[in-house]
Amino acid sequence: MAMGAQGGARRPFFRRRKTCPFSGDNAPKIDYKDTKLLQRYISERGKIVPARISAVSNLKQRELAVAIKRARFLGLLPYVLK
Amino acid sequence: MPFYEHVFLARQDVTAQQVEEMIAQYKGVIEAGKGSVPKQEYWGVKSLTYRIRKNRKAHMALMNIDAPAAAVHEMERQMRISEDVIRFMTVKVEALEEGPSAMMQKRDRDERRGDRRRDRDGEEGSFNDDAPVVADVTEEAN
Repeated sequence: MAMGAQGGARRPFFRRRKTCPFSGDNAPKIDYKDTKLLQRYISERGKIVPARISAVSNLKQRELAVAIKRARFLGLLPYVLK
Repeated sequence: MPFYEHVFLARQDVTAQQVEEMIAQYKGVIEAGKGSVPKQEYWGVKSLTYRIRKNRKAHMALMNIDAPAAAVHEMERQMRISEDVIRFMTVKVEALEEGPSAMMQKRDRDERRGDRRRDRDGEEGSFNDDAPVVADVTEEAN
């Protein structure tokens, strides 16, 4: 049964589907100059956080990656943090 | 004419006064090439996250440019020669942004964003709280 299969697939605790922080109304604009914003999308080591974790949409993740790389080039963000 | 955003970094031991002069000088180059510079910003001395040509800090400046590519190339050529310019980046943009850039309005924006984050956390539980934690886990797994 379709219903039964669905119920079985469901994990014991339900995690709410996260939405892209750059989509929808008054979403922040991705800008390489806005280091405060970009900083939230790099890991402690300075790596770009994968979209599957940050829930950024595919299109915005590409934009974000470019912005982070530009900020890195200008010395605003680190390439590596130790 | 195409629009460009141009950011350059100047050596830390030049004075703010000299950086202003440099901005004026490069603005002159653009204008000589039949372009215009609708906005220029001096961001001040910023500490760099890594050393660039042995500098730990640098003066940063932004210019919004509306000029033919030839003028921008000429300015870049001169910047490459200059000893005081340690790095520059020109980005072509669809439209130049009006008003102060993110860098200039940082202070008041931070406050506003703080408020908003609090609102959002209340409403929908948050990505901000759990994202870094998850990131750490993957980091350790490596």
